[in-house]
Amino acid sequence: MSVPAGRPAPSGAFEFLTTKKDEFVGWARKFSLFPYPFVTACCAMEFMSVSSTLYDTDRFGAALPRFTPRQSDLLMVVGTVTHKQAPILRKVYEQMCEPKWVIAFGVCATSGGFYQNYAALPGIDKIIPVDLYIPGCPPRPEMVIDGIMKLQDRIAGDRHPIVNERF
Amino acid sequence: MDDAVFNRIRERLAGIAGEAAVAHGILVLEIEPTRLLEVVRALKDEFGFDMFLDVTAVDWPQREPRFDVVWHFYSTREFVRVRVRTRVQFADPTVDTLTKLYGSANYMERECHDMYGIVFRGNDDLRPILLYEGFEGHPLRKDYPKHREQPLVPYRDPKP
Repeated sequence: MSVPAGRPAPSGAFEFLTTKKDEFVGWARKFSLFPYPFVTACCAMEFMSVSSTLYDTDRFGAALPRFTPRQSDLLMVVGTVTHKQAPILRKVYEQMCEPKWVIAFGVCATSGGFYQNYAALPGIDKIIPVDLYIPGCPPRPEMVIDGIMKLQDRIAGDRHPIVNERF
Repeated sequence: MDDAVFNRIRERLAGIAGEAAVAHGILVLEIEPTRLLEVVRALKDEFGFDMFLDVTAVDWPQREPRFDVVWHFYSTREFVRVRVRTRVQFADPTVDTLTKLYGSANYMERECHDMYGIVFRGNDDLRPILLYEGFEGHPLRKDYPKHREQPLVPYRDPKP
């Protein structure tokens, strides 16, 4: 078989494949979640546990924490948020670029938990939209991993408009 | 050894402080609010109570005078603690500031003002420290409604 000069020989493996745009972008996005840990309380211990060696969220493509919201696309709100802190959380959320997702990690971020008083915000969904709630006080690492995988499934199945008026 | 120190304090403050019982190893001095500076100055200058531990309040809603104001001091010379307690009226919950004697009293007086609305006469800086500007009321008073929230960020529309 003659090969035109300057071209590599065909390997016999896949040279190209076809897919849909949304599936392709979703597949890329679900494995490149850059979390921003907004860590305020004792759930931080469980967050450290789930993100470090033993459980290792890096296996799911969701580990490299970015300590600026501008470079991240997954906001993990870990722990109690007080009314005094709520403006900060809102600002952090607003600084994140699209596309972005939010996980409420632990029962305090989900609903305020057992704090029902003058100080605590009863769930971060009162001020920002939340994609995934992980209950527990604190949640087991397995629950967090399960939650991340559920979020990844959602991202994979989602529509991903590449160009619209917002993005 | 503690008893000896406590007895000397009792003798020194006889006639100024009322009851002076020992509770959990701490000497408890019940005083009138007007004698506060006098008592604390004596404790600090003569017995070495140079560490200001805390000031807080207790709300007794059924009682008048309604509030207890409670200070704790530690003597780094005698290694004992003392608790000074006084009562103030709901209508005028005012005591003297101790910031002239202990610089560290400032933050704790601000917290006590936040939570109970105790006014520290002579402390010019009673801005909120744990609460925020615009917060109405004093949340650790018993008549503050348990569920009353004062959010700083308007809540979202709860549509799905």
